[in-house]
Amino acid sequence: MTWFIDHLGDVWNLGRQHAVLAGLPLVLGLLIALPLGWLARRFRWLYAPFTAGFGLLYTIPSLALFVILPLVTGRGILDPFNVIVAMTLYTVALLVRTVADGLGSVPSAVTNAATAMGYTPGKRFFAVELPLAVPVISAGLRVAAVSNVSIVSVGTVIGVQQLGLFFSDGFNRQFYDPIVVGIVACIVLALIFDAVILVVTRLLTPWLRVTGARA
Amino acid sequence: MIVFDGVTKKYPDGTVAVHDLTLEAPTGKITVLVGPSGCGKTTSLRMVNRMIEPSSGTITLDGKDTGRMKASDLRRGIGYVIQHAGLFPNRTVLDNVETVPRLVGMGKKETRDRAMELLERVGLGADYAKRYPSQLSGGQQQRVGVARALAADPPVMLMDEPFSAVDPVVRDQLQDEFLRLQDDLGKTIIFVTHDIDEAIKMGDQVAVMRVGGYLAQLAEPAYLLAHPVDDFVADFVGRDRGYRGLSFQPAPRLPLASERTVTLGESAADVDDDWVLVVDGDNHPLGWVEPRRIDGEVTSERLHRSGTVARANGPLRAVLDAALSSPSRRGVVVDDSGALVGTVRPHEVLTAIEEAERPLVENPDNPGAPAA
Repeated sequence: MTWFIDHLGDVWNLGRQHAVLAGLPLVLGLLIALPLGWLARRFRWLYAPFTAGFGLLYTIPSLALFVILPLVTGRGILDPFNVIVAMTLYTVALLVRTVADGLGSVPSAVTNAATAMGYTPGKRFFAVELPLAVPVISAGLRVAAVSNVSIVSVGTVIGVQQLGLFFSDGFNRQFYDPIVVGIVACIVLALIFDAVILVVTRLLTPWLRVTGARA
Repeated sequence: MIVFDGVTKKYPDGTVAVHDLTLEAPTGKITVLVGPSGCGKTTSLRMVNRMIEPSSGTITLDGKDTGRMKASDLRRGIGYVIQHAGLFPNRTVLDNVETVPRLVGMGKKETRDRAMELLERVGLGADYAKRYPSQLSGGQQQRVGVARALAADPPVMLMDEPFSAVDPVVRDQLQDEFLRLQDDLGKTIIFVTHDIDEAIKMGDQVAVMRVGGYLAQLAEPAYLLAHPVDDFVADFVGRDRGYRGLSFQPAPRLPLASERTVTLGESAADVDDDWVLVVDGDNHPLGWVEPRRIDGEVTSERLHRSGTVARANGPLRAVLDAALSSPSRRGVVVDDSGALVGTVRPHEVLTAIEEAERPLVENPDNPGAPAA
């Protein structure tokens, strides 16, 4: 505990960096996964290759990705940009299927009605399909958020500034306080992400919280 | 007017859903497409707003080829009502109704006023405007569905089994209310159902379709009941068609007997008859009682309520039913205000039916054509 209080500043700084490295890719990944997921629904033959193909990205070991990416992006190995790119890829890997399935969960009677009212496909997507897919997409996003918080700590190996540094520090010194603090900080960060996603979801889906709903 | 001209829908696997359909849905009338599942009725309907594209043939709306119009523009000019309503669950009732006016860029205030007025017209007050569809019963959702379809005041409406998913009592109400609405609005409507009774009730003309997408017969309901063109149509129209045909035959002048009545709350002790008709203070019939089984005054618990009541100028079917359902076998006939006019016996109604002309004379040159 003393160690924690002495290093409050470090925890705060590394925690903030960790939040950016895990959180920003969450938003970028979602923005990329939306059109990809839409394509996978719109053209059924794309569904299998897209969900399987992007899902495979997730199996690339993060360590390998962190090492290879600087070669691809041409940035220095310590540049956080590489981590952002890697984490965005992981988010896309998790969310393409989620977005496609979320859009698929919209009842066909509703999409048919929207088409028959004269919605063009683009307008229909934003006015009807996307809002109704929010609960499913949100569930996938929560998984991706936790996964991102966890994977970012692997960046320690290449020396990127984030909470994972506490683990290597504790390991090198055979001193457990930083490790415990790092784990707790990661859990707290994951819980904060989860709470933010939940709150935003509730704001976006007022119709799911009405009272007196009938079957 | 909606005109199908030689319309065929053939799928790549060779299935023919609609076979060379030629049909006119006249302006301001309800044309019902009815038939068993697989007869292509819904496919035909959905080709009108190009939810499905015909393989060959043309569909014109007031002379304009729908195939040459932009699909979304075409659809915004056609009201669409489906089974289970298909409301947008993420939008309030009011927002649902405002969908098409907003799409066509109608002014905000005008849209709001019109939506509120329509909700009122379909029997849902302002209380419902801010609710979500999940808070409504099936029947209420369907009313919203109708209001939504009417919101941009389209001249044409397509209705795909709109009342099939609600219970029979509510269905009957919705049908009656919709017919009243249509009397005011005079939309050109194509209405799909698998229920021949609904077809007969709702249709100005009825197109019976058979599996494979063939039009078996197109006729006015009364004509269809009286002159089914072949065994398939006769079977599909079903039993009781003689009885049901009476729905379209107005009652002639019937030999009404005046009926001795007692008012509710009075004594029936001095009535020398097995049955006596009980009325309220306005001479509206309430039911029958057996005087011999009653001491003292007639109370509402003692009423036999099995008898139906027919209007004097209503259809023969109602008069016959009144006579058949009455425990005294004397059918109660009332005027438009619901006040008692007299009673009629079953054999008198049957005589009237025998003496009445056949409602529609067969047209030998063009069997199956509407007589009008």
